[in-house]
Amino acid sequence: MENTSELKRTPLHAAHLALKAKMVDFGGWDMPVQYSGLVDEHNTVRNAVGLFDVSHMGEIEVKGPQALEFVDYATTNAVAKLNVGQVHYAGLLYEHGGFVDDILVHKVAADSFFLCVNAGNQEKDFEHLQGLLSEKKFDCEVIYASERYAQLAIQGPKALSVAQKLSVTELAPIKYYWFVDGEFAGVPARIARTGYTGEDGFEVYVAPEHAESVWNQILAAGQEAGIKPAGLGARNTLRLESKMALYGHEIGPSINPFEADLNWIVKLDKGDFHGRAALAAAKERGLSRKLAGFEMRGRGIGRDGYDVHVDGKPAGWVTSGSPAPTLNKNIGLCIIPSGHAVPGNKIEVIVRNQPVEAEIVPTPFYKRSK
Amino acid sequence: MTYPDTYRYTKEHEWVSLDGEIATIGITYHAQKELGDIVYVDLPRVGSSIEAGKSFGSVESVKAVSDIYAPLSGEVSEINDGLSSAPEKLNEDPHEAAWLIKITGPTNAEFNALMTAADYEAYVGVED
Repeated sequence: MENTSELKRTPLHAAHLALKAKMVDFGGWDMPVQYSGLVDEHNTVRNAVGLFDVSHMGEIEVKGPQALEFVDYATTNAVAKLNVGQVHYAGLLYEHGGFVDDILVHKVAADSFFLCVNAGNQEKDFEHLQGLLSEKKFDCEVIYASERYAQLAIQGPKALSVAQKLSVTELAPIKYYWFVDGEFAGVPARIARTGYTGEDGFEVYVAPEHAESVWNQILAAGQEAGIKPAGLGARNTLRLESKMALYGHEIGPSINPFEADLNWIVKLDKGDFHGRAALAAAKERGLSRKLAGFEMRGRGIGRDGYDVHVDGKPAGWVTSGSPAPTLNKNIGLCIIPSGHAVPGNKIEVIVRNQPVEAEIVPTPFYKRSK
Repeated sequence: MTYPDTYRYTKEHEWVSLDGEIATIGITYHAQKELGDIVYVDLPRVGSSIEAGKSFGSVESVKAVSDIYAPLSGEVSEINDGLSSAPEKLNEDPHEAAWLIKITGPTNAEFNALMTAADYEAYVGVED
């Protein structure tokens, strides 16, 4: 047996073991990678509904008279444009323009923001924000809140009907990337219409002591709809088909948002923010490399970290690559010279020392029909 | 799971059966279960040589790549062609229909030196 004693556990750890999930070390967390099987879980989310334990994700709260100004300074997106009850995706950047993390910003009240951050980055993000706050002296406080939240993601075309069974609040009117604070499965909850699968669905934040009860109630409520627990394996293939970035792969300290094809989360005209000067300079210089999607044409699968060649010469690397269960193709994302990142262009992915042909294709690979 | 007791096994989760001069090699039930949904199989060419303990091919699931190690040395006499179009057979019938390659060359003594089914079952421990 592997030594898992030092790994962190979510409040649903025992539930995963009872479901005979295959557990893996994911950024220091002992997490379920699959239950019934990755492809089965992936397809269940695309066609019906799946339930994910994402309690490893971190939560940070920012509260106070200048909370808005501070979050706006610390992140790339236009926080001033968020309404109360609205969510947006944003980058948390270093001064040099690379990513500290990618995060979801929820506006809870005029003076209160709730940030959902990556599991493996939560301590780093908190320290980064504390550092910015002490340097810039905005009138607000940054609160490390991860211990107070478990998070469950109900994802798939039947997520709404299943979630509605457990909510007195009507969920249909909640628009994509909006949330409500209310009750879910009988306990206080933050119910956000967000997700990391490319499907409709909800991410529900509850207190850790309620997590197991809520988890079991969702599985029971979804039985008729064919709900299945889904692990991090399916979460990864689902997000990759939808071209959603994963920290440490598409984004990281040495990648800026333009290179990651995330121009839409950078609002250079909103006023100063941390990393803005570097991004403005990068924009001025022009983009030398960028993220592009590819499909394998030869036999082989381009995997994370594999080298990419153009015309026989090293040109970049695969950030994420995998078979795509919905598309029945081998797909991936890579960072290559921006001039070459045009659909139709050919690249070679080096699979176990052999160049295998692939073609740049438009992204996202998969988009749900609305 | 029961493992065929006429087969021999390796710590890298391959199995071998020996029929006269021909040894058939595959991956075990345990190996396919650990990998999950298998989507790609890379096998050597007929006529190539494989060397005990060295990688001769690979199996890929949706989430992982795994090398396949030669339990014995020999020359590849046949490969299971059907697996390239139906790699999922490795999940369904790893000990029979989804064999990987056949080789010539191994001796009985080399074969018998590998783990027995009982040894292998003890090695992988309790499973479903």
